Amino acid sequence: MLAYIVRRALYAIPILIGINLVTFALFFLVNTPDDMARMQLGVKRETPEAIEKWKAQRGYDRPLLWNAAAPGVKKLTETIFFAKSVRLFALDFGRAEDNRDIAREISTRMWPSLALALPVFLVGLAVNVTFALGMAFFRGSALDLWGVIVCVTLMSISTLFYIIGGQYLIAKLWRLVPISGYAGGLDAVRFLILPVIIGVVGGLGAGARLYRTLFLEEMGKDYVRTARAKGLAERVVMFRHVLKNAMIPILTGVVVVIPSLFLGSLITESFFGIPGLGSYTIDAIQAQDFAVVRVMVFIGSVLYILGLMLTDISYTLVDPRVRFD
Amino acid sequence: MRRARCLAFGALLALAACGVVWNDPYPADEAGKNILYTAFIDRPKHLDPVQSYAEDEGRFIQQIYEPPLQYHYLKLPYELVPLTATQLPKPIELEGGRFTRYEIRIRPGIRYQPHPAFVEANRHLAPRVIARLKTPYALPLGTRELTAEDYIYQIKRLAHPRLHSPIFGLMAQYILGLDGFAGTLQRADARPDAWLDLRPFPLEGVELVDRYRFRVTLKGRYPQFVYWLAMPFFAPVPWEAEQFYQQPGMAARNFTLDWWPVGTGPFMLAENNPNARMVLVRNPHFRGEPYPSEGSRADRAAGLLADAGRTMPFLDRVVFSREKESIPYWNKFLQGYYDSSAIPSDTFDRAVRIAVGGEVGLTPEMRDRDIRLSTSVDISIIYLGFNWLDATVGGASNRARKLRQAISIAVDWEEYISIFLNGRGRVAHDPLAPGIFGQRSGRAGINPVTHVWKNGRAERRPIAQARRLLAEAGYPDGRDRETGQPLVLVLDTVGRGPGDKPRFDWFRRQFAKLAIQLEIRDTDWNRFQEKIRKGSQQLYILGWNADYPDPENFLFLLNGQQSRAGKQGENSSNYVNAEYDALFDRMKNMPNSSERQEIIDRMVDIVRRDAPWLWGFHPVTYELSQSWLLNDKPNNMARNNLKYLRVNVERRTGLRREWNQPVLWPLVAIFALLAAAVLPAMAIYRRRERMAARSA
Repeated sequence: MLAYIVRRALYAIPILIGINLVTFALFFLVNTPDDMARMQLGVKRETPEAIEKWKAQRGYDRPLLWNAAAPGVKKLTETIFFAKSVRLFALDFGRAEDNRDIAREISTRMWPSLALALPVFLVGLAVNVTFALGMAFFRGSALDLWGVIVCVTLMSISTLFYIIGGQYLIAKLWRLVPISGYAGGLDAVRFLILPVIIGVVGGLGAGARLYRTLFLEEMGKDYVRTARAKGLAERVVMFRHVLKNAMIPILTGVVVVIPSLFLGSLITESFFGIPGLGSYTIDAIQAQDFAVVRVMVFIGSVLYILGLMLTDISYTLVDPRVRFD
Repeated sequence: MRRARCLAFGALLALAACGVVWNDPYPADEAGKNILYTAFIDRPKHLDPVQSYAEDEGRFIQQIYEPPLQYHYLKLPYELVPLTATQLPKPIELEGGRFTRYEIRIRPGIRYQPHPAFVEANRHLAPRVIARLKTPYALPLGTRELTAEDYIYQIKRLAHPRLHSPIFGLMAQYILGLDGFAGTLQRADARPDAWLDLRPFPLEGVELVDRYRFRVTLKGRYPQFVYWLAMPFFAPVPWEAEQFYQQPGMAARNFTLDWWPVGTGPFMLAENNPNARMVLVRNPHFRGEPYPSEGSRADRAAGLLADAGRTMPFLDRVVFSREKESIPYWNKFLQGYYDSSAIPSDTFDRAVRIAVGGEVGLTPEMRDRDIRLSTSVDISIIYLGFNWLDATVGGASNRARKLRQAISIAVDWEEYISIFLNGRGRVAHDPLAPGIFGQRSGRAGINPVTHVWKNGRAERRPIAQARRLLAEAGYPDGRDRETGQPLVLVLDTVGRGPGDKPRFDWFRRQFAKLAIQLEIRDTDWNRFQEKIRKGSQQLYILGWNADYPDPENFLFLLNGQQSRAGKQGENSSNYVNAEYDALFDRMKNMPNSSERQEIIDRMVDIVRRDAPWLWGFHPVTYELSQSWLLNDKPNNMARNNLKYLRVNVERRTGLRREWNQPVLWPLVAIFALLAAAVLPAMAIYRRRERMAARSA
């Protein structure tokens, strides 16, 4: 397994370089270093001298990708891309354009993101599986039909509607929880109840429908018929056999997202005033803060690759037939 | 199990019956305290007074830093009054006006807020101590008296090689020796990570007279300099703070002067989390300042003079919560969790009613809550400009002028304000904002090119006059008389998304009144700015927010010397008129007087005739305040307003409780619904479990 992990980690390096290059190209396709300087310096009374000074201080006075004036290998290294990207691989994230330390910001903000994303993920998974199992159990009945109708309805509604509607109904009209905000420690719970409910309900339609299909597929297999023929209770068949064997495709979709939970949710965090990494990314994009955008994309890529590796490893745990060879 | 659930639900009902509020977003230990609750939308970029220029940053730092002067809180037109200075400095002309000197005397006995920088040992901390710090205030705190040297230190910081002061370029034109001083500092800044002590470097135009007096010498005359003395750029910064924050390891923990201000003002920043919450607390060393006792009759009627002479500040803390979205912000205001709020466009009709006669009032829902509405015209202008360099719409030719005048009549800004701003704007007739010296109101204030005075009000000229002007310009029915080609104009603007389409359609319709085809190029801010810098736009929309309430700060936007394309100035239309420029040079250095008014009138006449802008409108801010918030008066120049505000805490606590009782029946209904869904399922399950095997 170790050799497999090392091999996958090595594969990741060119992927990350490529992602960095694409991010870099996309960002500088629409923003020049001068634009970034103007954004940071403000729109009033900015002078060409101030812009040049800002760029020089932050290393944006070099060529983007190729320094024709430099000798030898410096043609590559004395560029904005090299200077800004290489440090990322050493996990040196540097400073944002507003001079705040990015690593520190991330370490502070990932906890609120996790506090929201983890319950949504765990509760959502439990609710989706339970709901899907219920529909599969009552397949063909009115309960199944209504379950599918509810799922399709939930899938058809936009996340934004859940957020605004949830805030209006639960927080404004019924006054059961705060509309938005965040606090540290246990006090966070009352701010998280509503976004977690909305996250779970928002994901229920798609999740439960997918899992129902997986369960139904498993229930049609011979071993299930055998189990029933043995006289096992339907409850035992469902939980001990069907659920266990349906775990492989479920894991494919679930494990891969676990590392990305750190990155938070862009819209939910903004609407609920949760100071997580999702709103950090949105702020950075709006402020044209390339330093932060680059780091967040890099971390997102690393976490995604990590998620894929975890998925592969988890296959071997749930299905002994799968090997790393 | 069932009993436990019943007990838990019963406990919830009991809590609700006791009047406990569930949706309070603030910590329980803040209940009933003398705290102002407000919100901020964008995180501040800079809190260093030498760098900060944005309004949303000023909301924080102007409560902390104290420049020598401030604006009177109640008086209109805006009036400068001393803050830390003992009196307003008078300009002293030297060498026949070649130089001007201002001597500023500050009050003795003003002390800085408690801060670790004032403890000698804290300026030489070991890296491991810094690495463990959660906040700078965890260290032993000290203070010291404010001296004139601190003001000088800050003026020197305008030229600091590692800082970016937006006004350095402007001030280098005036403060004697500041330009060269920047070069001196640049050469002395050998170690970028070490503290650069500015004290040993002399600056020619700034002189320390004694502990409480300093002088600033300007090149030539610049009467507007006193307005800058009311801005944080000229607030004192103690050298100890720079040394403290420059220690290795401080920046890595985000402990910088840019994020942790050190001032003498009524408040100090105690919690700095720009992602969620910023908290100002009362500065225990603040000397106290009397609430103003002069104001208008309307101020007295509104109760704004009830606290006259009482010592400020009245608040113990100010909590700023970050609200990035307008809907939660607005709803929390309605629940009483914010003490004041702007009115989002999509909820405008719920808050404000505009009568047929144009009178603005609150809806019954707002009145029932005793919410107050205050309106104020911003010291700013939004305009549609023509590029003077453009071959079709620019230049001083009769043809181009008549074309611009025709368009000026056709674009109906009154309608724009009504449709897109819910009436929150005032049509502009010239570049000057209302309340600024030189701006005329009533009949004398209308633009005769676009309006006539009828029935006691300004009325836009009929479109037939615009068509006549267009024909005289050589475009009868919107076609070039010589080529027969339709006239197509291009408007560059910065779009905010699909919601802009109605606005763009409206502009097209305005031009279509003259059969002119308008092509709108919706672009992002960077590309828009690039076009303006290069002077390659034809028509464009832009705005200006005044730095200070002087006509110079608006009229310079049309000064030829400020041309954006040629000189990187603020004249984005690149408008040039020799007569206007000559008058501007005379006007800018004059004190307010009838002679100055006369010159301004002539300048305004010139630009109205030349029409380099469609004058657009002055935005009007509508703000709602809760009934428990006192002394709240909009003031577009005085950003240090928090010290004047007072909160009736008892009333707030009572009303919040009344407005926020939880509604519990939906919980019961949801449980009933769930039960209604689960019970049949259980029944079916049991029936299936008991069923005999079905035949194949």
